[in-house]
Amino acid sequence: MRWRRIEERVFGVLMLLATAVVVGSLVWIAGVIVYRGAGALKLSMLVQLPRGGAYGREGGILNGIVGSVLLSLPATILAGMVALPACIILQDEHAGRNPFIRSARLSLDVLWGVPSIVYGAFGYILMVYMGLRASLLAGIVAITFVQLPIVARAIDEVMRTVPLELKEAAFATGATRFEVATRVVVRQSLPGILTGLLLGFGRGIGDAAALLFTAGYTDGIPASLTEPAASLPLTVFYLLGAPYPEARAKAYAAAFVLLAIVLVVSVVSRLATAKLRRSTVI
Amino acid sequence: MPHVQVRDLSVWYGNAQVLKAVNVDIPDKQITCIIGPSGCGKTTLLKSLNRLLELTPAARVQGKVLVDGEDIYGNHVDVVSLRKKMGLLSQKPQPLPMSIYENVAFGPKVHGVRSRKELNGIVERYLREAGLYEEVKDRLHEPAAQLSVGQQQRLCLARGLAVEPEVILCDEPTAALDPVSAQAIERRFKELSRHYTILVVTHILRQAKRLADHVIFMYMGELVEAGPARQVFESPSHPQTQAYVRGDIS
Repeated sequence: MRWRRIEERVFGVLMLLATAVVVGSLVWIAGVIVYRGAGALKLSMLVQLPRGGAYGREGGILNGIVGSVLLSLPATILAGMVALPACIILQDEHAGRNPFIRSARLSLDVLWGVPSIVYGAFGYILMVYMGLRASLLAGIVAITFVQLPIVARAIDEVMRTVPLELKEAAFATGATRFEVATRVVVRQSLPGILTGLLLGFGRGIGDAAALLFTAGYTDGIPASLTEPAASLPLTVFYLLGAPYPEARAKAYAAAFVLLAIVLVVSVVSRLATAKLRRSTVI
Repeated sequence: MPHVQVRDLSVWYGNAQVLKAVNVDIPDKQITCIIGPSGCGKTTLLKSLNRLLELTPAARVQGKVLVDGEDIYGNHVDVVSLRKKMGLLSQKPQPLPMSIYENVAFGPKVHGVRSRKELNGIVERYLREAGLYEEVKDRLHEPAAQLSVGQQQRLCLARGLAVEPEVILCDEPTAALDPVSAQAIERRFKELSRHYTILVVTHILRQAKRLADHVIFMYMGELVEAGPARQVFESPSHPQTQAYVRGDIS
């Protein structure tokens, strides 16, 4: 009896420690960025392009903010446009234990684990083949590749939780497979689909490696798809290595903005998800 | 000729045979109860009648199910119009993830009804037939998930009726309901059986006695006895049926 109590205590403390490590590191990282970033951040930075030579000691980080949004937003939409129909096909209530479906899921898992620099290299080869220079378009394509397996796997997991009985109920009214998929399965999975897209967006906006060769970098704002685009992660990357303290401070400010964007997007998605959940069943 | 005739129907899940050469006719515009201990193949028999079984991976069917004389497992059968003929009410109510109104309108819409006015009429009519209209008339556009379980089951009944089926298949339709809601459903069946052929899978013997005009008793995948309710309950001819009706096997 006594031993069971000790066991209970020990594991209780261990779990508390593990939780502390997880939450603590998150708070630590956020703390450093907020402390250094918020201090360095001036409102004028958000609306100004960099000025003052190679490392842009003066001016703002507008190029990175606009570039990141221009890269990740279309990439998220593209990834969703491919992932959604793909996931509908992967639902196997008709196909049974289809080897095609199993291998498709396996490939998505593998793609999920591929480091984003590989997608960058792949995008670079594609870009050169198509005769493009480093450009917004090439960056969007590379980020889409990074996001695709994440979005698809997330949506697939949610769709698999739609109960067979629910689909049976819809089939029983004489609905076709397409109607059941689009009107019932997608509707029921909507909160999860949204979460999947935002997960992808978060990965996309935070990725530096895939953009290194594809989107390039610029102090300006791209006026067309064929011009290079800056991004917040690369702003952080370049400025952090700068020999001037003003530039390094701007790097933390950029990291802070990046963190804020991701945070705002998650909060908005939570609210939207809660609203969508009202009409899903179970 | 009866509406639904089952001929030598066998079903396997993988290597396990769950229905063994079942032969039975389902009488028109009556309530037929399928009874028997759990795992005897009641639900499988029910689901093989509208080909929902093929959504279950590894299910294999042999034999014939004739609906209006045509084998539904034949090559040129349109599953959509078959399922339109056979409404389904499942064990646990399964409202679709949309409003009360949209749930009832779902079937008519996929079958091509577009006019708002017509849909309004259909929704009201079948909610009334299912005995739910008065309770929900002021919140037709709220999510169906917010109804109580008993109301959800009546909504599912209305949704099934809205495609104007000829047969209603029910798989233990009151299993998840409280006694009052269960009674409401049973009353509906009695009324609906004037116009529809109703098949109810149930493991509640008393429910079968209350509802059934006709009874099918199944045991271990075989159809043991089928006939008018009075005959099966009062003078069963097979020893297994006698044992089940007495409550010796369950």
